[in-house]
Amino acid sequence: MKSIELLGASLLDWLEAVGRAGIFLVQSIFRLPVRFKESVNLLVKQLYSVGVLSLVIIIVSGAFIGMVLSLQGYSILAKFGSEEAVGQLLALSLLRELSPVVTALLFAGRAGSSLTAEIGLMKATEQLSSFEMMGVDPLRRVIAPRFIAGVICLPILSLIFSASGILGGHLVSVEWLGVYDGAFWSSMQQSVYFDTDIMNGLIKALCFSVVVTWIAVYQGYECVPTSEGIGKATTRTVVLGSLAILALDFILTAAMFGDF
Amino acid sequence: MRSKRSELLVGCFIVLGVVALVYLAVQVSGLAFSSKKDTYQVVARFDDIAGLTNRAKVSIAGVAVGNVESITFDKKLYMALVTMNIDSDVNNIPTDSSIAVLTSGLLGEKYLGISIGAEDEMLKNGSEIFDTQSALVLETLISQFLFKGGDSEK
Repeated sequence: MKSIELLGASLLDWLEAVGRAGIFLVQSIFRLPVRFKESVNLLVKQLYSVGVLSLVIIIVSGAFIGMVLSLQGYSILAKFGSEEAVGQLLALSLLRELSPVVTALLFAGRAGSSLTAEIGLMKATEQLSSFEMMGVDPLRRVIAPRFIAGVICLPILSLIFSASGILGGHLVSVEWLGVYDGAFWSSMQQSVYFDTDIMNGLIKALCFSVVVTWIAVYQGYECVPTSEGIGKATTRTVVLGSLAILALDFILTAAMFGDF
Repeated sequence: MRSKRSELLVGCFIVLGVVALVYLAVQVSGLAFSSKKDTYQVVARFDDIAGLTNRAKVSIAGVAVGNVESITFDKKLYMALVTMNIDSDVNNIPTDSSIAVLTSGLLGEKYLGISIGAEDEMLKNGSEIFDTQSALVLETLISQFLFKGGDSEK
């Protein structure tokens, strides 16, 4: 009896949390700062700290993933005498799957955790309540620019990841392993379609960006305002964010590329 | 409050994103932004196209001169109806030319190859190539080979 009660309570708690997070999301989207100039200022600042500062990790990991894919793909394709198909393998796996997913995972670790920690610390040092005292809505001033910046940045980062991965793969397979340059590009161009492959990858990245940034700002806003609470909230952002990305990726892939 | 430097870097970030998108579109997916080349359409009916896809290349002497626009099933003749676009500067293909479904390499993409005929009249928009050769299907080849081998042993 007790255990069933417990189950019910935990389900209700969970539903309540989801509902609160949903209301929080809607409120923070529709409450941008009133004055246009001010909101642009806040947004640019967040775009800098979320996007520009994540650029190095995205470019470097993109290049390395492209290089590894070419090496692995080449060693298998060479057995069938079709090394040129390495271009096709590289572009399709990067555009459809790896660049949105890996970018989102890196983003959850790099930008999501810092968003949570920043907002959590604001809450712990009572900056959020002082905003309220001054008659400034903290959702409007603190949360909305961060959320929108995150949603804008991730798709751009994912595009940069794909481009850097393909350049890295080109370096390894053409310059090092000696795949013929023209065949590398033409096998890629024959199999990659702009509207299905590149656009679907972008849509995936956009979905991930909404989910990851939402989790990050919500965890920061709702954390227990102690140093331990901030630590826990940051960990939860990365864990929940990564799980949500991988689960959502399966659903999106099934809807986009699964023929049924 | 906000420095000029961070503004500049955010601008660079967005420009970099756009450059990456254009690079992916042009270099990786082969999307052509230049105004569409003038083309004319030619149709051909095949018994079997075995894996030919839209946008596959149409070549003469190995040089791409066009691409496949659409592949549909001709219900009356039970054949595949292939519509292709051919660049309009290649306007001297004789009407009795033949067209075949070919494969680049052992496992490569299927494409169409035109062999030039001898007629004086040239293909125009909407005309049809009647002399067609179907794709070589490996299974059919093997079964032919096996049955022939069986016959000669008798």
